[in-house]
Amino acid sequence: MKPILIALLAALLFLPFKGLNAAGIMFIGVLTLLSTVSLLKKTKVIDVIKAIRIPEIGRFRTFFIPVLLISSLAFPFILKDYYIDVLIMSGIYILLALGLNIIVGFTGLLNLGFAAFYAIGAYTYAILNTKIGLGFWASLPISASLAALAGLLLAIPALRLRGDYLAIVTLGFGEIVRLVLNNWDSLTNGPNGITGISRPLLMGFSFAQLEYYYYLVFVIVIFAVVVIKRVESSRIGRAWIAIKENEIAASSMGINTTKYKLYAFTFGTFWAGIAGILFSAKMQFVSPESFTFMESILILSMIILGGIGNTHGAIIGAFILVILPEVLREVQLYRMLILGIGLVLLMIFRPQGILGGVKGVHFRS
Amino acid sequence: MLLQQLINGLTLGGVYAIIAIGYTMVYGILELINFAHGEIYMLGAYLAIIFLGLFTAMGLTATSLPLALILTAILTIIFCSAYGFTMEKVAYKPLRNAPRLSPLISAIGVSIFLQNYVMLTQGATDKAFPQRFGEAGFQFMNVNVTYLQAMIILVSGLLMFFLHLFIHKTRMGKAMRATAQDKTMAALVGINVDSIISVTFIIGAGLAAVAGIMVASYYGLVNCFIGYIAGIKAFTAAVLGGIGNIPGAMLGGIILGLVESTGAAYISSEYKDAYAFIILIVILLIKPSGILGKTTEEKV
Repeated sequence: MKPILIALLAALLFLPFKGLNAAGIMFIGVLTLLSTVSLLKKTKVIDVIKAIRIPEIGRFRTFFIPVLLISSLAFPFILKDYYIDVLIMSGIYILLALGLNIIVGFTGLLNLGFAAFYAIGAYTYAILNTKIGLGFWASLPISASLAALAGLLLAIPALRLRGDYLAIVTLGFGEIVRLVLNNWDSLTNGPNGITGISRPLLMGFSFAQLEYYYYLVFVIVIFAVVVIKRVESSRIGRAWIAIKENEIAASSMGINTTKYKLYAFTFGTFWAGIAGILFSAKMQFVSPESFTFMESILILSMIILGGIGNTHGAIIGAFILVILPEVLREVQLYRMLILGIGLVLLMIFRPQGILGGVKGVHFRS
Repeated sequence: MLLQQLINGLTLGGVYAIIAIGYTMVYGILELINFAHGEIYMLGAYLAIIFLGLFTAMGLTATSLPLALILTAILTIIFCSAYGFTMEKVAYKPLRNAPRLSPLISAIGVSIFLQNYVMLTQGATDKAFPQRFGEAGFQFMNVNVTYLQAMIILVSGLLMFFLHLFIHKTRMGKAMRATAQDKTMAALVGINVDSIISVTFIIGAGLAAVAGIMVASYYGLVNCFIGYIAGIKAFTAAVLGGIGNIPGAMLGGIILGLVESTGAAYISSEYKDAYAFIILIVILLIKPSGILGKTTEEKV
C-alpha cells in the first residue's frame, strides 16, 4: 500500500508540469523503482555498494602511473583535435579540483565560491594581455598570486566563521566577483567578455596549436599533483587533516589552526588562479558566464564524486565529470538534471565517493 | 521619492521575510541550510501561472476572477507543500545522522534538480503571468501604492501574525519549539520528531508558495532561475535576523527589502543583487548570531 501512495504522490507532483500521460509514466516508474529498491534492500546490495573498497591506487603505482603517463603523452598523436580539446579542459578542471580539495578535502572548510578565484586568474591574464600586451609567462605568476591573495583576503575575516556560515560567505563572495565582472564595463567589457587573448609563447615557440597546448597543460598538472602530494604529506598537510578531524583537539595539540587554515585557503586558490590563466589562454575569450555558482558546484561535485580529501579521487572525479557529458552527447540537455539527482544519490548511498576519503571522510562544523 | 522606495522595499521585504521563515524554521530544527527552499518558491510561481492559465482556458477567470485566484492559490500551496514534504523524505531524512556536509550537498543536488526539471518541462525562457493587475492603486501620503503592493504587504503581515500564533499558542507549535531546542529530549517526552520535521517543511514550503504567487503576479514574469537568487536573499534575511529565530527572519526580510530598494534607487541598480551578499558578509563578520539571535558557545 505504501509504495502505491508514494508513487501516487510522485505522479501528482509531476502532473502540473508535464500533463496526464507523463504523470502516468511517473506513477509506474516510481512503483517499479520502489519495488527494485525494496528488493535491493532484501539482498543487501545497498550495503555492498556502501562497503566496496576501491583499492588505493598507490598500491599499483609502479604499474599504473607510468602507463597512464606514457599514454597521455601519446594522445596528441593518435586522437582527433576534439578529444585533445576535451582533455585540455579536463586538465584545467583537475587543477581546480585539486585546489578545492586542499580547502574542502584536507582542511574541511566548505567553499562554495571557488569559481571566483578561477575567474580572478582568468580575467587577470585576459586584462593584462589585451590592455598592456603582457605575455602568458609574465602573467602566470601574477594571475596565480592575485587569486591566492584574494583567497587570503577573503579567508582572514571569513575564517572566524564555522561550517555552514563559511560556506555561505564564500558563496556570497563568488556572486559578488561575478557581478563585478558583469558590471565593470570599462575593465572587463561586461557580459560580452574579453576576446583576442593570445596563446602562450616561449622563446619564439608558440603554443598556438592545440597539441602543444595540451603538453603545456599536461606538464602543469603533473607539477601540481607532485607539489600537492608533497605538501599533503608534510607537516602542513598533516596539520590540515588534524584540523579537519577535530579542530579543538588540533589546537590543543599546539597547531595554530588559523594560520594553517589561511595556508589552505591561499594554497588552494593559487591553483584556481593557474587554472584560470590556462582557461583564458586556451579559449582566447573570457566572459562572466563561465564563472557562475554552478561552476563552483561542478568543481565541488568533482571532489565529492572522487572522494573528499583524496588527491587521486579529485583527479578521477574531475576527469569523469568533464568526459561524461561529452560521451553522453544525446542527453546533454539532461546533464544538470542528472548531476542534481546524482549528488543526492551519492550522499545517500556512497557519501565517501568513488575512491573514498583516505583519512577520515567526515566534515566537522 | 524616499517614501515611494520605502513602500517598494516593504513589498519586497514582505516577500523575502516569508521565504526566510522557511529557511529559519528548517535551520532551527535540523541545522541544515535548505538550499532547495528557493526552488520551492520558484515552483510556486510556476504552479500559479500553470493553474491560472488552466482556469483561464476553462473560462473560470472570465466568470469570476477572485474565485479563480483563490483556487489557484490553494492548489499552488497544496502542491508546493507536497514538494517540500517529498523533498525532506527523499533527500534529507536518510541523511539525518550523516556528517553535516552530506545533507548540505544533497540540498544543493535537489536545488539543481528542481531548477533543471522546471527548465526542461517549461522552457528556459521567461513565462508571463496570465493576469495583469496594472498600476491601479491609491494615494497614500502623496505616494502611489498599487493594490497589489498593499495586498502583498497585508498578506505577508497576516501570514507572519498567524504563524506567530501557531508557534506560540498551539500544541503543535509548542512541539516544534521543543524539537528545535533538543530533538532527543523532545522525542523522550513523546513528541514524534519525524512528523514535526515534516510539518516544518510543509509550512515552510506553503509560505514559499505564497511568496511565489505574489512575486509572479507582482513582476508578471518568472523564469526557472529566480529561485536561486531569491533563496540566497531570503537566507541572508534569515541570517541577518538571527537564524533559527522566526521574528528575526521577518525583521531581516523587511530590512533587506528596504536596503535593496533604496540602494537600487540611490546608489546603483546594477549592483542591486550584490547588496544582499554584502550585507550577508558584513553581518556574519560583525555579529554572526544576527540581530535577534543568541550567541551559542561551541561545545567540546
